[in-house]
Amino acid sequence: MVAKTRTIGLSVNGASVTAEVEARLTLADFLREELDLTGTHLACEHGVCGNCTVLVDGASARSCLMFAVQADGCAVTTVEGLARGDRLHPLQESFWENHGLQCGFCTPAMLLTSLELLGTNQSPSDDQIREAIAGVLCRCTGYQNIVKSVQVAAGWMRTANPTPMSPAALGSGGRPS
Amino acid sequence: MKSPPFAYDAPKTVDAAVALLAEYGADAKLLAGGQSLVPLMNMRLAKPSVLIDINRIASLQYIRVEADGSLAIGAGTRQSAAEHSPEVARGWPMLVEALRQVGHITIRNRGTIGGSLAHADPTAELPTLAVALDATFRLSGPRGERTVRAREAYVSYLTTVIAPEEILTEVRFPAPAPRSGGAFLEISRRHGDYALVAAAARVTVDTAGRCTNAAVALGGVAATPLLAGPRGGELQGKRLDEATLRDASRQYAAGLDPPTDVHADGEYRSEVAAVLMRRAMALAFERAVKGA
Repeated sequence: MVAKTRTIGLSVNGASVTAEVEARLTLADFLREELDLTGTHLACEHGVCGNCTVLVDGASARSCLMFAVQADGCAVTTVEGLARGDRLHPLQESFWENHGLQCGFCTPAMLLTSLELLGTNQSPSDDQIREAIAGVLCRCTGYQNIVKSVQVAAGWMRTANPTPMSPAALGSGGRPS
Repeated sequence: MKSPPFAYDAPKTVDAAVALLAEYGADAKLLAGGQSLVPLMNMRLAKPSVLIDINRIASLQYIRVEADGSLAIGAGTRQSAAEHSPEVARGWPMLVEALRQVGHITIRNRGTIGGSLAHADPTAELPTLAVALDATFRLSGPRGERTVRAREAYVSYLTTVIAPEEILTEVRFPAPAPRSGGAFLEISRRHGDYALVAAAARVTVDTAGRCTNAAVALGGVAATPLLAGPRGGELQGKRLDEATLRDASRQYAAGLDPPTDVHADGEYRSEVAAVLMRRAMALAFERAVKGA
């Protein structure tokens, strides 16, 4: 039956969430306004800039182009789901160490897009990294250090976890101490 | 940049979706991957009062090589699934080549094969490819099923022969002929942008390496994808060398009247169309000969 509101159940960063939502509410606004997960950044809101990218069942998706009702039954990962307590994800650690961010606005989307890439390709070339992040605009144009950050993180993650990871295996691996 | 309110349902079967379309008619819109429709809704250029989400229809998601050697893809199949399918790569590498030029990885994760074909943007890759390969669309409606050739499906900008109460359920690409090759090339302002012009070519050769069959289609030069050539026997029995292809491409581009916009004027698009057709046919010919 068609309806303007609907009750949905989904997993967000591993936690179960149930909510009644308006059909027109985007997944981005649901995460930001209803769940207070403001790490998902909104800029263009029509699928051009890629800054609102999250992972839905392990695959990157623009959360401004998905309605929250469509995420019913899905597992959503946002940037808030990357760290384990105080321990940053190797990608976050590497972005920090290698100046992979300037203003930081595109960083959540860059991190999640890179995580998706490293889930299927443990040793990407620079070109493959560039293709993977091509859908996310960085207005600081800091792409050189973003590519470098992903390369360094990939190296750390290979050392820590030499078997291929599934995109769902978040937080596995880590920076060798 | 928020969509206006709408009523929503996510049917689990094609029949249920068709019933909803029949009930709500022109007020309703099908939501597939949403990578074109949702931007239009967010910008309030589209204001459907009912949105029928077909993402939960499992029977629309498949990639199958049929007994006759053709490739059947369920309309709800994600573009990324087709891009990474071994069956598609084996028999229809040109489809992979075209898909890799559709938006970005994140777009292809959500975008569907059928959604792009039915949305009918004349600069989009898949409609142009479907015209070049002479694909067939399967449609379901209140009065049952029918099929229509891609070459007869496109009417104008964002307009097809698919009726408001019908749903595209499958696209079928013919079996690749022995000793055939294909190529999909486009020029765009940036990686992932809509094509200014796209060219899709398919060439079949005989055992001596002479062309026996060809087709070249263009995107971005008219209100619909266009089957540009061949016009007659100009490629038949020939080795497709540079001079032959240059003449043919000039001939195919001569009658074009492409649109002018801020990105490029019509004259430039005509010039690019001729060059891209030549390159695409040359590459398709080379691949066909290599496979011979």
